[in-house]
Amino acid sequence: MRRDIFQAIADPTRRAILVLIAVQAMTPNAIAEHFDITRQSISKHLRVLSECDLLAQKQEGREIFYELKIDKMKEIDTWLAQFRKITEERFQQLDQVLYNLKNKKK
Amino acid sequence: MSLLFDFVADKETKTIYITREFAADLDLVWDAFTKSEILEQWYAPKPYQLRTKEMDFREGGRWLYTMFSPENDNKGRYSLVEYITIQPKSNFSTKNTFSDENGNSIGSAFSIVKNSFKAGSDKTTVYVEKVFDDLATLEMMATNGFKEGTAAGFNNLDEYLLTLITNK
Repeated sequence: MRRDIFQAIADPTRRAILVLIAVQAMTPNAIAEHFDITRQSISKHLRVLSECDLLAQKQEGREIFYELKIDKMKEIDTWLAQFRKITEERFQQLDQVLYNLKNKKK
Repeated sequence: MSLLFDFVADKETKTIYITREFAADLDLVWDAFTKSEILEQWYAPKPYQLRTKEMDFREGGRWLYTMFSPENDNKGRYSLVEYITIQPKSNFSTKNTFSDENGNSIGSAFSIVKNSFKAGSDKTTVYVEKVFDDLATLEMMATNGFKEGTAAGFNNLDEYLLTLITNK
C-alpha cells in the first residue's frame, strides 16, 4: 500500500529529515548525525518517506545519498497548505497586535 | 467574536484569494498593513522575527525586510515589496520578490499582490489577491517555499523540529 504525504509529515523527525535533505542530498549516516535517535530509527523513517515517494536515491561510490523527490503538483499542494497555515497564524498574530493597539488608544 | 477567514487557491489562474475580517476599525487595520513598525509585530511567522531595512510607503517606493529566527540567521535572504499603486484607506498593490540585502532581485520569480480594505460596522474586511506571474514561478515559489518556508511553517507546527536541526 502506498502511503500518502500526510503520513510522511505527521512525524516531527520525518519533517526534520525532509527539511535537511531538501537542502542537499545526504547519506543515512550524515542524516543520523543530526538526531539523537538510533540509526535503526532513522532507517525506519527513511523507509516511510521512501514509501511516500518522497525520497530519491543516488549511488556515489559505496555511499547512497538520499534527496528530496516530490512531484511538482504535490509540491504546490504542500506549499499551498503551508502558506495557508502561515497566513492563518500570521493573521492571528495581527488580531493580537490590533487588540493591543486598540487598548493603548483608550 | 468569530472572524471570517477564507483561503482559495486557483491553480488555473495562479491566484490565491484570501479574505479575513479584523475586529478593528479601518484606520488601524490600514496602518497595520502599511507601517513597518506594526508589520514587524505580526508579519513573521513564529519564531521568526522581521527586521525592516527600508520602508518607503508610496507609489514607486519599497519595503525591504528580512526574516530570521533566534537560532538561525537567514544568511542575507531578503524580501522586497515594491508599491505599485496606493489608494489610501482603500487598497494598495505590490510586486513581491526575493532579493539580496540591497534590494536587488534574486531570480525572476515574482507575485503581484493586491490588498483591499472594506470598513464594516465593528470590523474591517481585508481581501488579498496574490497572482504568480507564471506557473514556473508558482513552482519555484513552491520549491523555495518547501525549502525555506517549510522551516518557518513547520516550526510553527512543531518547535521541536528547529531544535533538532540547529542542535547538530
